[in-house]
Amino acid sequence: MGIQIDVEKCNGCKKCVLACPFGAIELVEKKAQINYDECTVCGACANACEFEAIVIERGAGKGTENIEEYKEVLVFAEQHNGEMKGCTYELLGEGRKLADKLGEELSAVLLGNQVEPLAKELFAHGADKVYLIDNENLAVYLTGPYTTAVAAVIAKYKPAIVLYGATTTGRDLAPRVAARIQTGLTADCTGLDIDEETGLLLQTRPAFGGNIMATIKCPRHRPQMSTVRPKVMKKLEPDYSREGELIKVDVEINPKSIKAKILEVIKEVKTTGDIEEADIIVAGGWGMGDPENFKILEDLANTLGGAVGASRAAVDAEWQPQSNQVGQTGKTVCPKLYIACGISGAVQHLVGMQTSDLIIAINKDPDAPIFNVANYGIIGDVFQIVPELTKEVQKLLS
Amino acid sequence: MEIIVCIKQVPDIAEIAKVKTDPETGTIIREGVPSVVNPFDEFAVEEAVRVKERLEEDVNVTVITMGPPQAEEALRKCLSMGADNAILLSDREFAGGDTLATGYVLAIAIKKIGDYDMIFCGMQATDGDTAQVGPSIAENLHIPQITYIKKLEVEKKKVIAHREIEGGEEVIQCRMPVLMTTVKSLNEPRIPKFKAINKALATEIVVWNAADLECEMDRLGLSGSPTNVVKVFSPEPRAGGQKFEGLSADEAVAKIVGVLQEEKVL
Repeated sequence: MGIQIDVEKCNGCKKCVLACPFGAIELVEKKAQINYDECTVCGACANACEFEAIVIERGAGKGTENIEEYKEVLVFAEQHNGEMKGCTYELLGEGRKLADKLGEELSAVLLGNQVEPLAKELFAHGADKVYLIDNENLAVYLTGPYTTAVAAVIAKYKPAIVLYGATTTGRDLAPRVAARIQTGLTADCTGLDIDEETGLLLQTRPAFGGNIMATIKCPRHRPQMSTVRPKVMKKLEPDYSREGELIKVDVEINPKSIKAKILEVIKEVKTTGDIEEADIIVAGGWGMGDPENFKILEDLANTLGGAVGASRAAVDAEWQPQSNQVGQTGKTVCPKLYIACGISGAVQHLVGMQTSDLIIAINKDPDAPIFNVANYGIIGDVFQIVPELTKEVQKLLS
Repeated sequence: MEIIVCIKQVPDIAEIAKVKTDPETGTIIREGVPSVVNPFDEFAVEEAVRVKERLEEDVNVTVITMGPPQAEEALRKCLSMGADNAILLSDREFAGGDTLATGYVLAIAIKKIGDYDMIFCGMQATDGDTAQVGPSIAENLHIPQITYIKKLEVEKKKVIAHREIEGGEEVIQCRMPVLMTTVKSLNEPRIPKFKAINKALATEIVVWNAADLECEMDRLGLSGSPTNVVKVFSPEPRAGGQKFEGLSADEAVAKIVGVLQEEKVL
């Protein structure tokens, strides 16, 4: 069990030493040697080795029985108060592709109370089947009853793949389901595909704040489950003439087993949109100088129909609420457009926004690291440029 | 009251970004990156210690980690922040575990500790960013979880936690025992004082291996992990694009508007 170097095959080329993200391999007498105290068996070295000199032995483990019975692709349809989360449609768009590659059906599991009308939206966005569990104990999202319901649908209908949005709900629910049914789960995927040879799901995700990408498989357990980063996958144009099969599922949920209760939901009062949902983010950093100055960013964000984001410096100075923080200890966002204003671009900020489609940076300092990731960098004064830009955009939109 | 805090030692991301590239091959050299306590776990430790300081009853805070022997350093940092005991789960059999296998080992260790009213974990670790181990522990222990907490009140045998969600927060009441994962706005972790650091250095750290935990061996490490990493690669670094210097405000605005039109934002 574990990872070994086959010294006969190792020719001391050093590729594994360079590939190891943990600095756990060194060359001793021209042979690779693993420092097992540092090694996490991530497999990067075996992947880099051209001589098959690094062997990772995986035990048989338990694995899922009758693995071939697991076929379809299932999407967790996330709704709150009868309103479908946008990422559900993105999952259906991506799930459709995967299901078509496998030649299997695409289904969705819809939980809630009196949410049946939402099923037609799921069909329109690509689902062939909808498993509906309508139960008063599922009226609001709570970990316990939702885990029970999703686990029951998986046990009964045996999907090969299950996708959840990487939202606060999806990331609360999915690991709980994975531990209950004992299967694998890959977090916050930004790329999904089917391995043509094996039919396995290839799940690609950033790690180390986006400094490393990893592709992950779940060969022996079913379903193969992923949470998927919102805004990355594309939804399909809804087609309301599409029809599907609505399957009502009965799951018993004992209200006495529910140990948590929601006392209140506090909506944040905001002058602009939420950064998780926004296609456009106008973000400000230390260079904004003052909380009042964020007003010009709000104006631009509102004009463009976007949201205001902030760097950690601006949040720590209490110029902006924590919920607007982009970066390592804040949120990871990937909007279509990110306008960084007076943000120098510390690595902790960059890891939260560098997957945005288009980045425009405005900063006085020509050496600010933000310019290394910006498609367009304007070296200039935010206070002169942004208000003018807002006016110009307003003119063009009116 | 017994509080358990699960932590992880991670490479310091600020240092990773500074790593050198090999001049011959152009590949990144990641040797010698310093390790730190996962930043989100500091909020977890701080909250546990604050509960201990706030409540009138006796509160015992145990901090626990799974990792290689040098993870002891991370545990000492937590002790210096005010935790009472520390346990290191270390065994080569644990290595290579994914979140399912890791959650299992931590849960078994927590069962071995016995009594617990609250378990805190950071919302995620900055190396893997999965946010999956906390819920996995809670499921293994059959206890409720509240993820992403930003505010906490502790009452007799129950907690009232504010959970950060998209666009606001939920106020959740839950019976103990409960596992909670912490976000940044929960608190500001203290910087340990000299005296506390010295005391932490003198505290004995308990080490448990796989045999001590009496766990099912095929649920550990690689063999207990349903997921396998098949490829690790560096993402295409995002190249800087065009940079414009010396434009007047009007010219800069015209430039940006041009881009927005080209990209069909306008």
